[in-house]
Amino acid sequence: MKAIIDISSLKKDYYVGEVTVHALRGVDLKINQGEFVAIMGASGSGKSTMLNIIGCLDRPTEGTYILDGVNVAGMSRNERAAIRNLKIGFVFQSYNLLSRTSALENVELPLMYNSAVKAKERRERAVAALEAVGLADRMGHMPNQLSGGQQQRVAIARSLVNDPVVILADEATGNLDSRTSYEIMSLFQDLNSKGKTIVFVTHEPDIARCMTRSVVFRDGHIIREEEIRNRIVAGEVLEALPVEED
Amino acid sequence: MNIGNLLKVALNALKRNKMRSLLTMLGIIIGVASVITMLAIGQGSKKSIQDQIASMGSNMLFVMPSSMRTGGVQQGSASSQSLTVNDVSAIKTECDAVIAVSPEVRSSGQAVYGNSNWPTTIYGGNVDYLEIKSWKVVSGRNLSDNEAKGSAKVCLIGRTVADELFGEGIDPTGETIRFKNIPFKIIGVLEEKGQNSFGQDQDDVLIAPYTTVQKRILAQTHIQSIQMSARSAEESALAMEQVEEVLRRTHKLRENEDNDFQVRSQEELSTTMTSVTDILTILLGAIAGISLLVGGIGIMNIMYVSVTERTREIGLRMSLGGKSMDILLQFLIESIMLSVFGGIVGIMLGFAASQIVEALTSWPISVMWSSAILAFVVCTVIGIFFGWYPARRAAELDPIDALRYE
Repeated sequence: MKAIIDISSLKKDYYVGEVTVHALRGVDLKINQGEFVAIMGASGSGKSTMLNIIGCLDRPTEGTYILDGVNVAGMSRNERAAIRNLKIGFVFQSYNLLSRTSALENVELPLMYNSAVKAKERRERAVAALEAVGLADRMGHMPNQLSGGQQQRVAIARSLVNDPVVILADEATGNLDSRTSYEIMSLFQDLNSKGKTIVFVTHEPDIARCMTRSVVFRDGHIIREEEIRNRIVAGEVLEALPVEED
Repeated sequence: MNIGNLLKVALNALKRNKMRSLLTMLGIIIGVASVITMLAIGQGSKKSIQDQIASMGSNMLFVMPSSMRTGGVQQGSASSQSLTVNDVSAIKTECDAVIAVSPEVRSSGQAVYGNSNWPTTIYGGNVDYLEIKSWKVVSGRNLSDNEAKGSAKVCLIGRTVADELFGEGIDPTGETIRFKNIPFKIIGVLEEKGQNSFGQDQDDVLIAPYTTVQKRILAQTHIQSIQMSARSAEESALAMEQVEEVLRRTHKLRENEDNDFQVRSQEELSTTMTSVTDILTILLGAIAGISLLVGGIGIMNIMYVSVTERTREIGLRMSLGGKSMDILLQFLIESIMLSVFGGIVGIMLGFAASQIVEALTSWPISVMWSSAILAFVVCTVIGIFFGWYPARRAAELDPIDALRYE
């Protein structure tokens, strides 16, 4: 199995005034292609720092990080921006869609920063991504005309449009009710079954049970790493949930 | 991000905040419009002075007697009798930069026709006098050479004098008027010139042969001044030198003696007058320029607000692969668009305002295309200058902090 993410003895220190905060104290983590990994932990455990480093938003103080065969640990700001553009898809808790900009244009955004993709191809790929998340009929809608779940689907389409090697989701169901959460998880499971590698930060154990493996952080260390048995199929949970009447 | 996408992104951002973009542009619009209008007013008055001077003959030169000492007593320049008709002939034959030369004698008095009378000035000159002074004859004819030399009692009449003596718009050619009790037959009417830049009515004149004025009215042999045309306005200076050389010789002045005459040119006068209006133009332009500067600061202010407000957007763009340069250019182009759009509207408004000022005040207005081009360039520079710092601030944001910004 090909390793998409290969992290070894990774450390990250922050300097706040004269105090040094050890956010990560030597982490080894390997994520293979096709995995759906839950990153869990209390706040301050280092999971956000981990996600920032995996997402090439931040660079480690020490250690190596090989993403899709490329060592990205020592890369400059601009090199990391290019890597993010080509290899990573982000899904945020608060969706982060551009307001007063149509769903289609929001999804096109990552490709705007890739000059190899021309306008026509950009449009086609954005349309395909929106179709893949089931929003073919909402392309021209503005974010404020969409429900939370639909907005998050637009965000997922945006993370898919550049065909990344890994999708990073940061509490992607945090703002959604449980029914919509399972809808979104069902979509993620669907993508995962088609071969997408997904790293998903969450603190909800039920949500984590939709994935293939969980990694638990505490105080800058990984304290537990396990395959998830009795995996939840989000679509089945959804059917079992009572439909709420308005 | 390529330039097409950058332009699209910037345009969308401005469209998302239409009202704010318009108000920000308003600062630039007013600034540019006032610069254009003020320069048009300044330039207009300069042009009108130049036109008036040209109407008196822009290549005109003249020699006046200057003050001189007689036996240790400094004489007033008007009392000097140093210029004569011989000087005129000498200039005519020797100065090749001078194409026309005429003596000038003048006398003030009452012109009388029937029971009307009017105080005016009679000028005496030769055949070339009209051409030198840029006079045109609208009715009748110019003086002839014989009349000029033979003290003929004929004259040309200015429009003001004709109006006062004969009535508005009447052509008095062929009539006879009296000036200081001497009858003058009117042989022509002069074209209207209007006021000169000193507010003097140029049409309040009679023009007669210099010999007539010299002998019959003034009873003198000297002349009051010599009027000349240089070959061109550019050759005025050369002509002045030649005239000075000739007159020093004909007046038999020694090396160490001062000139008993002075040579002046319309060109000099024109330069002096236009330098005043240049100062006026600079002053008006500078005041308007300040409002343009304030408009630029308005753009900077809005761009700072915009960067702060859109911190999360910046973070998002960075996380999706936007490089610092992409973010910098995005905001810089927004600011340039604001100032350039504002500039274009301002230029149009400035042109319109100039027309309105002209219509309301009847000041001479001259809109310069060069000021429109200048305003356009200045706007672009303002956009870059005032957009630079906010754009750099945006570009230097840390994507993690920007994404978390509330």
